[in-house]
Amino acid sequence: MKVYGYHLPAMSSLILWGILWEIVGRSGLTFFIPPFSEVIGTLFVIIGTPAFIKALSETAYAFFAGVFFAVSIGIPVGILMGKNRLIDELLLPWVNMFLSAPLTALVPVLMVLFGFGMKSIIITTTLFAIWIIILNARAGVRQIDRSMVEMARSFGAKPLDAFFKIYFWAALPEILGGVRIGVIRGVKGVIIGQLLISIVGFGALFELYSTNFLMKHFWAVLIVLFAMAFALSEVLAYLERRVAYYAAKR
Amino acid sequence: MRIFFSKGTTVVMSQTKGAFAKADPLSGENAVTAHKISKSYGDVEALKNLTLEFPRGQLTSLLGPSGCGKTTLLKIIAGLLDPTSGEVKVNGKTVTGPGPDRAFVFQDFALLPWASVIRNVAFGLELRGMAKSEREAIAAKYIRDVGLAGFEKSYPHELSGGMRQRVGLARALAVDAQVLLMDEPFSAVDEQTRRKFQEDLLSLVQNENKTFIFVTHSIEEAVYVSDQIAILLPRPSRVHEIIRPGGFREKGVDNIRRDPEYLDIVDEIWASLRSYVE
Ligand SMILES: Nc1ncnc2c1ncn2[C@@H]1O[C@H](COP(=O)(O)OP(=O)(O)OP(=O)(O)O)[C@@H](O)[C@H]1O
Ligand SMILES: [Mg+2]
Repeated sequence: MKVYGYHLPAMSSLILWGILWEIVGRSGLTFFIPPFSEVIGTLFVIIGTPAFIKALSETAYAFFAGVFFAVSIGIPVGILMGKNRLIDELLLPWVNMFLSAPLTALVPVLMVLFGFGMKSIIITTTLFAIWIIILNARAGVRQIDRSMVEMARSFGAKPLDAFFKIYFWAALPEILGGVRIGVIRGVKGVIIGQLLISIVGFGALFELYSTNFLMKHFWAVLIVLFAMAFALSEVLAYLERRVAYYAAKR
Repeated sequence: MRIFFSKGTTVVMSQTKGAFAKADPLSGENAVTAHKISKSYGDVEALKNLTLEFPRGQLTSLLGPSGCGKTTLLKIIAGLLDPTSGEVKVNGKTVTGPGPDRAFVFQDFALLPWASVIRNVAFGLELRGMAKSEREAIAAKYIRDVGLAGFEKSYPHELSGGMRQRVGLARALAVDAQVLLMDEPFSAVDEQTRRKFQEDLLSLVQNENKTFIFVTHSIEEAVYVSDQIAILLPRPSRVHEIIRPGGFREKGVDNIRRDPEYLDIVDEIWASLRSYVE
């Protein structure tokens, strides 16, 4: 961004919004919005507290476990769907349905099935993340050059070789795109899961803060979560750009 | 610029070998035979009862109008497609799928965009489970042979079209298959590179005791590089004529295109094909 010929660093507009927040907060318009500076102050105070660290580690555990399952199941399933017509016809309607389904409504069912604990949260995260990962891996495989497949066959590639040396890499740009969106959805999944179950992780923390009207704490935790989700997505976008050079040249 | 396919000291020896093989082309030494091949895609009859023999150590071109089934035949020989009926034999063994006795050079190169030149060239050996150091040593040799020394660590998108096709050639050579199948390998490179490739191909046929099956659209190219030209005609596709260009190849690469026999054969082929080109 350029203002009056000065080159501003990326996201410097956030400063403007921060100032606006500060003004609204100081005007005492509503208890719901405390001044930004106090929120930041609170943030640094609670970041070291055992409650926060416990919430963070529980959330991280649920999130990474959920995303791990989504990735390690989603990518192979997507590749198989892209390679095999029969598997594709069997699974595609379900994948499309779950992709657009309001999964939040499923969380209570999961709680009944898997209990009010970590297990349900992990499964919720996986359910939020996996469908787009499957669809993207499938799309990546479907656009693979036919002569690439023939090349592998003609040089004697066995199915497993073809899978790991051709299909996976050929679809990698799309796969990473899917993983990035899947991870963002996974963040939603882990938070929604915790909010609904609300006895572990940030769910418990939010419950605590909001019932006690600790708005500064509430906002501080929210900012931390937003920043982490954003950073995660940026890291994946960076990885995506690293392989983009060959996505265009295939 | 160096000679792409130079084989150093072995040239003299293998030239005599090449000359010997060519002295008696009908000795029954066919590396590949296609017997009564038919292939239909649904209603489209791509090939019908096609029989053709490919003498060992020689280059046979498949020439014909677009859509007459050249690629189809080549892929059937490669084992990538099953014929509807008929059979292909390579060294007397019936083809049931791809095998290490055949290597394919693709029109669109089919290189792995995420792999370096050396990994691409070594890919056929990698699939055979050869150890990394061993296969890279072999690949490095063929990369030198095709004139790409110094580009081992480059990626395909950093190379020109002609260089990419040399990678494709090196990959096919590296697996040391007896039969090289080439589907319009030079059609995606510019005219000058193409001429250089044609010269290199001639010396490759001379120096390597391999059987080449070469698909092309270009009459001049076919006459220039082939020991034997099979002219395919469409619907139903079959071998219309087999032409064996004679002795003008011995006069040296610089004189071929001026040779009266070369020019006559080009004219003759054009005469048989012109009625199929609207
Ligand atoms: N996968 C396919 N499905 C249906 N028809 C096909 C398929 N592949 C080829 N054909 C048909 O078979 C015929 C022969 O095709 P082929 O690709 O072998 O021709 P070709 O001689 O290689 O042509 P070109 O010179 O244009 O490359 C064509 O009529 C084509 O339309
Ligand atoms: Mg073709």
